[in-house]
This record gives sequence, C-alpha cells and structure tokens, in this order.
Amino acid sequence: MSEPVATEPTALRISVSTAIIMALFTLIFTALMAGTYLATRDTIARSAQAQKLVLINEVLDPKSYDNNLLKDVLTLASTPELGLPRGGQVWRARKGGQAIGLVIEANAPDGYSGKIGIIVAVLADGSVGGVRVTEHRETPGLGDYIDPAKDKNKAAPWIAQFAGQSPATLPLAQWKLKKDGGEFSYRTGATISARAVTAAVARAVSYVHTHHAQLYAEGNTP
Amino acid sequence: MTQKVSEIAWNGVWKQNTGLVQILGLCPILAVSTSFVNGVSLALATIVVMALSNAVVSALRQYIPYEIRIPVFILIIAALVTVLDLAFNAWLHSLYVVLGIFVPLIVTNCIVLARVEAFAAKNGVLASTIDGVAMGVGLLLVLGLLGGARELIGTGALFNGIDMIIPGASAWQILPPDYPGFLLAMLPPGAFVALACLIAGKSWLDARAAARQATASKPDTLPNANMA
Repeated sequence: MSEPVATEPTALRISVSTAIIMALFTLIFTALMAGTYLATRDTIARSAQAQKLVLINEVLDPKSYDNNLLKDVLTLASTPELGLPRGGQVWRARKGGQAIGLVIEANAPDGYSGKIGIIVAVLADGSVGGVRVTEHRETPGLGDYIDPAKDKNKAAPWIAQFAGQSPATLPLAQWKLKKDGGEFSYRTGATISARAVTAAVARAVSYVHTHHAQLYAEGNTP
Repeated sequence: MTQKVSEIAWNGVWKQNTGLVQILGLCPILAVSTSFVNGVSLALATIVVMALSNAVVSALRQYIPYEIRIPVFILIIAALVTVLDLAFNAWLHSLYVVLGIFVPLIVTNCIVLARVEAFAAKNGVLASTIDGVAMGVGLLLVLGLLGGARELIGTGALFNGIDMIIPGASAWQILPPDYPGFLLAMLPPGAFVALACLIAGKSWLDARAAARQATASKPDTLPNANMA
C-alpha cells in the first residue's frame, strides 16, 4: 500500500459502494427475469391449459360428454382433504344435461420429493375413469413411473390400474399398496411415490362420494 | 486470446473433464445418470447454461469487483437459468416436458460456477463461450456413457424415454427380454461404482498414451522395454 493512510477508505464506505454495485447487478438481472416472465406468461398459461385438456382427455373419454368441459369448472376453496390448501378445480362432464363424471384435482403432499399433483376422473357411478400425474419431482428412472410418459412398462403403465376401480366393489380401506395390505401394485425400489399417489386417489374418490350433489350443482362455486 | 481454440476444447472435453478429472457437479451427475436420455438431456441443457453464463460473465468481468464476484456470479447464473427455464417452457414446450425438472438443478451445479470463476472471469467472450461449450461437451460424454451403462446393466435396454424427444422411436432391448434387471445399477451406489470405472478407464487410456509417447521419443529403446 503506497497510498497515504488518510485516503484509505473506511469499512463503511467500502460496504456502501459494494452494496450499490451489488444492488445494480440485482436490479439489472431481476429486470431480465421479470421481462422474460412477462414475455412468456401468456404462452405458458396457454400451453398449461392445452396440456390440461390433453390429460383430461386421457382420463375421461372426450366422446362421452357434450358440454364444454373447460368452461364447466367448479373452483374449490381451500380443501385440505384433497391436499389443496390453496383450492383447486373440478371439471364437470355432462351429456344432455345428465351428469357423466367429473375430473378433480388433488395433491399428494407426501411424495419422495415433495408434492405430487394428480387429476382423477370419477364417473357418475362412483368408479374411477382414470388417474394422471400432472406435476411431480420424483427421482428420474426410479419413482417417476407414476407418470405414464416415464413408465417403462408402456403396455400396462402403473397408473392404469386405478381405472375401473370403484369403492362399491373395492372398499376404500383397501385402496393401498399390496405391501401395506391393500390391492395396488408398486415397483420395487420406489414405494413412496406409489404410496403417495394411491392415498391421494383414495382421498379424491372418497371426497367425490361424500360431496356428490354439491360438486355437480350448476354455477362455478360450491 | 491467450489460449488456442483447440487447446480450450481439448481441455474441456478430455484433459480437464468436469466429470472425470475435476470431479465437479457430482450431485446432478449421479442423480440423473439413471438412463441415457436423462443424462444427455441434462448435459444439453447444461451446455446452453455454461456457454451463456461464461459469455455474460466474461463480457461484464471488468465491472464486477473482485470482492463480491461470487454473489454476482451466482446471481447471473441463477437469472440465466430462470430465463432459460421460462423460455423453454414457453417456446420449446415439448423439450421442456423432458428437461423440465433438470433445468433448475443446473443452478446448483458447481461446474457452472467453477468455470465462470476459473475461466470466464479472466478471459475474453469468445474464448469463454468456447470453454463453456467444451466443458459441457465433456460432461455430455460422461453423462451419456454413465447413463447408458447404468441403464443397460440396470434394465437390459437402452434409450428408454427416447420417444419424448423423437416421437415414435422406442427403446432398444439389448439383453434378453427376461433379464431380471440389476437394481444396484439404478441406485446411487451403482452410480459411484460406474463413475469409478469411467475414471479408471480414462486414467488407463492416459497412462497408455503417456507410455507410448515415452517409447516414441526414445527410438533406440527396445519395443518391449516397458514390459520390464
């Protein structure tokens, strides 16, 4: 240090000038992220809607109903029974005004890597039309077989075993993995993901059973 | 430019290979190398992030005070990954469905920060971009080999999930269809074993090349002198 001691910057001055530089970088890069968010928001929302319809069509035969399903939506308020603390949606399928079935959102809060989002189609007779995982972060190659797109067994994906099951023929207490004394299979090495999804499906089926009339009622709020 | 392009590229792909020599970023390497498609997908996304972050940091390097470089680097990397994640989601949605959960993981990959710190902070934009790509390609080779080996030993097939990238394509059953699978290869300990084999293989190749060079530089030595 050849400079005189008198001009040596104080700790306070260094902190302030460094903090200003840091703040400038933060401002610039936050603006970059905000700009990208605004530029992509509508496209992302549209593709999320389109993807939702693709999934709904997989669990509920699009030919079985004639109403505009995406418009006949019931918005649930906070429903902890379904793992939806911030609420969720129910799409109602009707044909000539008659109830055909509904597709209900639910969450399994106890996946291996956090929340697993699912949709369950419950037909008017109480049986399951199908189940799909809408979002998950399960281990690739291990727990992600709950998503049929990642399931190696394409002929009989794991998630397909729920379709056609009904609490009328299989008591809800039996809606567990075989390992836990229930009826549903799982893959060795990744039980947690399967257990979480199975429990969430059972909860959704039971919820639809107890709130049947309420869920099919006209209007967009219960 | 202080280093030649070919030198930077060779460093990234082989000499300083992130997975086999620097042993950086083990977390994503071990976590996603359960199949060839997963491994290669993550590596491709990482190449994009490394090229971008190296280029941006290199362009801004004279404005970044040395004392706060690390928080600024992390800020830049995290912002770029967020932008890329959103852009993939909006405009390359089918790719996003495949890479979705891997892209945010790149923020925590220390390879990116290591290259920014070790290379981009001291070199020009072009050289830094090449370094980012080369390091990423090195990672791609390791993840491809590791993913392929673990998948083949673990499930008996290769290219599971390829239909998400190339619609209509399907996995190749290499071993007999009644192969029971080998769970160890799919679990984290198997990843360590497979990575160790790759590191040993690279060391063996390097040792053989060095021995050859030694023999070639002493033409008067007997061909089998190194057998002694």
